[in-house]
Amino acid sequence: MTSIRGRLWRTLPLFAAAALVACAVAPLVGSTHLDLLKALDPSIPFARNTDAQILFVARLPRTLAAALVGSALATAGVVFQGLLRNPLATPFTLGVSAGASLGAMLAITFGWTLAFAGLSPVPLASFVGSLGAVGIVYALAQARHRGLSTSVLLLAGVTMNAFFSALILFVQYFANFAEGYRTIRWLMGDLDVSSYEPLLAALPLLLAAFVAFAWLPRQLNVLSLGSESAEARGIDVDRAQRLAFFSASLATGAAVSVAGPIGFIGIVVPHMVRLVVGADHRVVLPASAFFGAAFLVACDVVARTALAPIELPVGVVTAVTGGPFFLWLLVRRR
Amino acid sequence: MLTADDVHFGYDAAPVLAGVSVSVGRQGLVGVLGPNGSGKTTLLRLLAGRLRPRAGSVRLDGREVSGLSRAALARRMAVVPQETHLAFDYSVMEIVLMGRYPHLGPFELEGPRDLAIARDALAATRTAALEARPFNTLSGGEKQRVIIASALAQLDRRAENGGTRADWGDGLLLLDEPTASLDIGYQLDILALLRQLWTDRHVTILVSTHDLNLAAGLCRDLVLLKDGRVLASGPTAAVLTPAHIRALYGVEAEVRPHAAAGHLTVVPIGRVGDEGARP
Repeated sequence: MTSIRGRLWRTLPLFAAAALVACAVAPLVGSTHLDLLKALDPSIPFARNTDAQILFVARLPRTLAAALVGSALATAGVVFQGLLRNPLATPFTLGVSAGASLGAMLAITFGWTLAFAGLSPVPLASFVGSLGAVGIVYALAQARHRGLSTSVLLLAGVTMNAFFSALILFVQYFANFAEGYRTIRWLMGDLDVSSYEPLLAALPLLLAAFVAFAWLPRQLNVLSLGSESAEARGIDVDRAQRLAFFSASLATGAAVSVAGPIGFIGIVVPHMVRLVVGADHRVVLPASAFFGAAFLVACDVVARTALAPIELPVGVVTAVTGGPFFLWLLVRRR
Repeated sequence: MLTADDVHFGYDAAPVLAGVSVSVGRQGLVGVLGPNGSGKTTLLRLLAGRLRPRAGSVRLDGREVSGLSRAALARRMAVVPQETHLAFDYSVMEIVLMGRYPHLGPFELEGPRDLAIARDALAATRTAALEARPFNTLSGGEKQRVIIASALAQLDRRAENGGTRADWGDGLLLLDEPTASLDIGYQLDILALLRQLWTDRHVTILVSTHDLNLAAGLCRDLVLLKDGRVLASGPTAAVLTPAHIRALYGVEAEVRPHAAAGHLTVVPIGRVGDEGARP
């Protein structure tokens, strides 16, 4: 039995290194060959340096987007799982991603320009959408006191996904043809961002979510014993649950506003991390943040190169790998 | 140590508890006995400060429980539920260390002292050998012993009092039907463990149960709860009578000291009014 301090020091640097390596290597891989020395050569003007353009305009923002989105979705998954005491809960399976998508779709399609407190409308609408979906999940969990059973959780998720998908289709009806193609790709989960703007727009929400996450792991650990036992150990369960739901919605909203509802990150990453580090949320949460980044960056490299020069939406890659993984978990859990 | 004085409570308009008074003195061992739905769990929640009474008061060492902070309350009182199910694979040691929650700051990690406290709690519940096992692989009785160890780690005050040995004397253990989902072997295990914690370790214990023989074998004092009111309370020998059992459960029973068991035993004979079952 090693102490928590020892485990943090032994594992987190490894996960951080994995994330860094993935982010450093991914921009160099792609259908077009990239000469790194040329790209970084300051003597060539940027306008004539195609290698620099590919690196800084096409690949780097995309890699950073993948890292941030992967990190956000993986940690949101950890928080939802801890909160609902159910390892199958994720932003995607709960329908929270779909709620966020609806919000973002509304903002994109109707070109909402109103900005609130300097934040751009798409991430905000996306956050409001995810918050709405989370509100429904929260109400369901409250009504059942002991958290959601797996069957209720899955049914609720299927229902919410169907419900929000119907509304999304309805909104799409109002979009013109070009917008329509763009939104369909986006709805598949697409990291084709090619500018830093959506990233910068989502960053404030994401940072707020990560700051809130810092308070959660210890409480999520004790909440695993059940809310009654957690309360008896001195936790304000209602407040902890509200903070967790709110911050996980923030992270999901921010991630979806950048890249659409990318599925299965929130389940594949936390489970793989738990296999390595155990159940303690103080290790699982930060490790999932790093590994989520590395995982989605890697998936995006596959999406860009597998059928090159065709670029797949990265959501297709995560679904193809994550779907069977989810079913395997479901079967294994009896 | 802990007293509830004339408490009234209801989740909605219907009262669940109507004027209940209970008192546990320092190093007391009190059982709350009553049929399902008599208000035992609600009473325990009120005593633990989870619910606030509509009228009446709950006091810990003379201070209103609702006026104490959650952490302060948790350092004095630990709750053991009937069953614990985990969604994730924590080790036994991790579960016991969760008892240290109210003693640590928001970003403080458990140190060597917390580990020593957890090991002492495991030793006291005879679960030291299970330390590294995943909690989910334990038997029901082992799980319950580990949860009691976690509660002891929660109550250990050596960090505050500057000692180096287990210090549970100030602590109150509230157990809500701790044996209800265990088979008879494990029931006796838990009974023996609680008795030992009380006699050797001076832990104050309040336990709710509907098991007459558990109450008879364990508790020094009993509070009989029926329909949200106290039917009788006092020393076990005085309270556990055939008349009270009839009033409590509608069951005819014999109560007599058992030489081998060393305490009163209750033998249910039959339902009240069921003539064929009468001796």
